[in-house]
Amino acid sequence: MKLNRILIPIIIVIGFAIYLSLFVVKEINQAIVLQFGDPKKVIVEPGLQVKIPFIQNVVFLDRRILNLDAPPEEVIASDQKRLIVDAYARFKIIDPLKFYISVGDERVARSRLSTIINSRIRSVLGKQSLANLLSEDRSKQMALIQEGVNTEAENFGIQIIDVRIKRADLPQANSEAIYKRMQTEREREAKEFRAKGAEMAVTITSTADKEVTVILANAKKQSEIMKGEGDGQRNKIFANAFGRDPEFFAFYRAMQAYEKSLIGGDTSLILSPDSDFFKFFGNAGLIKN
Amino acid sequence: MANGNDFKGGSPWGSPPGGGNGSGRGGQRPPNIDEVIEKIQKLISNFIPGGKKGGTRPFVFGLILLVVVWAFSGLYRVLPDEQGVVLRFGKFVSTTQPGLNYHIPYPVETVLTPKVTKVNRIDVGFRAASDSGRSSGVGDVPEESLMLTGDENIVNIDFSVFWVIKDAGNFLFRIQSPIETVKAASETAMREVIAKNRLQPILTKGRSTIEIEVQEIIQSILDEYQSGIQVTQVQTQKADPPDQVIDAFRDVQAARADMVRSKNEAEAYANDVIPRARGDAAKILQEAEAYKKQVVAAAEGEASRFLAIYNEYAKAKTVTQERMYLETMEKVLADIDKVIIDKKAGGVVPYLPLPDLGKKKVSNTQ
Repeated sequence: MKLNRILIPIIIVIGFAIYLSLFVVKEINQAIVLQFGDPKKVIVEPGLQVKIPFIQNVVFLDRRILNLDAPPEEVIASDQKRLIVDAYARFKIIDPLKFYISVGDERVARSRLSTIINSRIRSVLGKQSLANLLSEDRSKQMALIQEGVNTEAENFGIQIIDVRIKRADLPQANSEAIYKRMQTEREREAKEFRAKGAEMAVTITSTADKEVTVILANAKKQSEIMKGEGDGQRNKIFANAFGRDPEFFAFYRAMQAYEKSLIGGDTSLILSPDSDFFKFFGNAGLIKN
Repeated sequence: MANGNDFKGGSPWGSPPGGGNGSGRGGQRPPNIDEVIEKIQKLISNFIPGGKKGGTRPFVFGLILLVVVWAFSGLYRVLPDEQGVVLRFGKFVSTTQPGLNYHIPYPVETVLTPKVTKVNRIDVGFRAASDSGRSSGVGDVPEESLMLTGDENIVNIDFSVFWVIKDAGNFLFRIQSPIETVKAASETAMREVIAKNRLQPILTKGRSTIEIEVQEIIQSILDEYQSGIQVTQVQTQKADPPDQVIDAFRDVQAARADMVRSKNEAEAYANDVIPRARGDAAKILQEAEAYKKQVVAAAEGEASRFLAIYNEYAKAKTVTQERMYLETMEKVLADIDKVIIDKKAGGVVPYLPLPDLGKKKVSNTQ
C-alpha cells in the first residue's frame, strides 16, 4: 500500500516528463527545435524525437511538395500583344532553417514566391512573341522561368520543383478580335464552298448540254450520210436498170407519168387528130397491105 | 475488427505532438470496449486508498489483461480495394496488402488505408450536373475551357482526367494537395498541347492524338513530383469552336453540304439528259437506216418491174410499145374532157371559150 502511494505519483510524473520531452515528426513534416526562439536542431527525418520540456519548443514545416497558385498576371509580349498568364508552381522546403529565418511560414513564402514568379514571367515572356509562346517553345520558356525563380527561391531555403504556365489567354478585348477574325474566316470559307458548288454545278450541266448537242448533231450527220447512201444506191439501181435502153425508158416513164398526172375529172385536153393516138382516126386508117 | 481507417480530414496520422493526449482516438479501439472499461474501473478501485484490502494479484492480472487488449488492438483489416500504409511514430515504414494484418499498437504504429483501386475523375472546363445544378447537364467554365491554339484561334475544350493511386506512400506523403495538383497539371498539359496544334485538326481528327499526348505530359509532371498518381485516361468531352463563333463554323459545314448538293443535282441533270439524247440519236439513226432500206428496196422493186417489162418489149419492140402507148392513152383519156381540133378543117377560128371548157362539153364545131 505504502509502496503504491509513493510509486504511482512518481510513475505518473516520470511518464508526464517523458511525454513532454518526446515528439513525433510525421512523414509529411520536418521540424526545427527552438530553444527560447533560438534554432537548436533541424530534423528532416520523420520519427520519434526528443526535446527538453518547457525550454525547447518545436516548429513543424512541411516536407512535401507544396503547391502555389500565383494570381493571374497581365503580360505584354514582345510583339505588344497582351496576355493574361496564370502560372502555378510546385516547391519544396529544402533548408528548413533558412526557410524559418527568412520567411517564417508557408503563407509568407507563398506571397513572396508569387511576386517572384510573376515578375520572372513578365521579364521572360516580355522578350518573346505570342507566336513563340504558342509553340514548341512553351516548355523552354517555362524552364527559363523556373530557373530564374529557383535562384531567388534558394535564399528562402526553397527549391522550385516546377513552374508552369497554366493559362495564357488573351484579354477580353483581344479575344473579341480573334472571334471576329475566326468568324470572318469561316464566312469566307463558307462562301467559297458555296461558290465552288455553283461552279461545279454549272460546269457539269453545261458539259451535259454540250454532250447532248454533240450526240444529236452526230446522229443527224450519220443519218444524212445514210439517207444519202440510200438515195445513191437507188440512183445506181435505176441507172443500171434503165440504162439498158434509155429510149424505152423514156417512153415507159412517160407512160407512167401520163397515167399518174393526167388522171382526174377536171383535166381538159385539146388534142389534134394528127397525133399518133388518132392515126387511124382521120385517114381511112386501115392497114394497107 | 476496427482498425486505423480514419483517413480523412486534415491530420489523419498520429496525434498532434505535445498537444493532445491521444485519448479521443477512435481508430485504435480494442475489440470489446465495455469489458475493458470494466477492467479499468476494477483496477482503479484497487488503487484507491482505503478500499478493499488490495493484494498485488488482481493488479498484476489487470495489467496483463490491459497489455493483451492493447496488443490485440494492433490487428487491422485491409479491404481488397485498399492498401495499408504503416507509420511508426509518424514515419512511413511499410505498405501492406489486402487481408488481415498486424501493426504494433498505438502509439507506436498507426495505419492508413487509402483506396487504391478507385478511379478518380477530374473535370476540366466544365462541372458535372451535380456540381453546377444546371438542368442542361453540364456547366461550362469558360476560363478553364477556352484556350489559344497554335494558329491564334480560340477553342473550347472540356475534358476529364481519370486517375488512380499508384503508390499510396508517395500519394500520402510526397505531395500537399494531390487533387489540385492533378487538375493544375491537366490544365497546363492540355494548353501546352493545344498551343502546339492548329485549330482545324483539333476540331476534327486530332482528338485521340491530343488525348494521348496530354496524358503523357500529365503523367510526366506527376512523376516528376513523385506524386504516386497514375493517370489512366484523358477523355475529351467537347472540342468545339467558342460559342460566339460556333454558328459560323456550323455554316461552313452547311456550305460544304450545299456544295455537294449542288454537284449532285447537276450530276442528276447530266445523268438525265445525256441518256435521253443518246436515245434520240439512236432514233434518228434508225429512221435514217429505215429510209435507206426503204428507198433501196423501192428502187430495186421498180427496177425489176421495168426490167421485166423491158424484157418483154425487147422481144417485140413495136408491138409492145404500141400496145403500151394505147393502153396508157386509153386510161388517161377515158376520164378527161377532150377537144379535138383538126387543122385541116380550115376556116375554123380556133376560138376557145376557155372559161366554158370546164362546164359544158364542147363538141367539134364541125
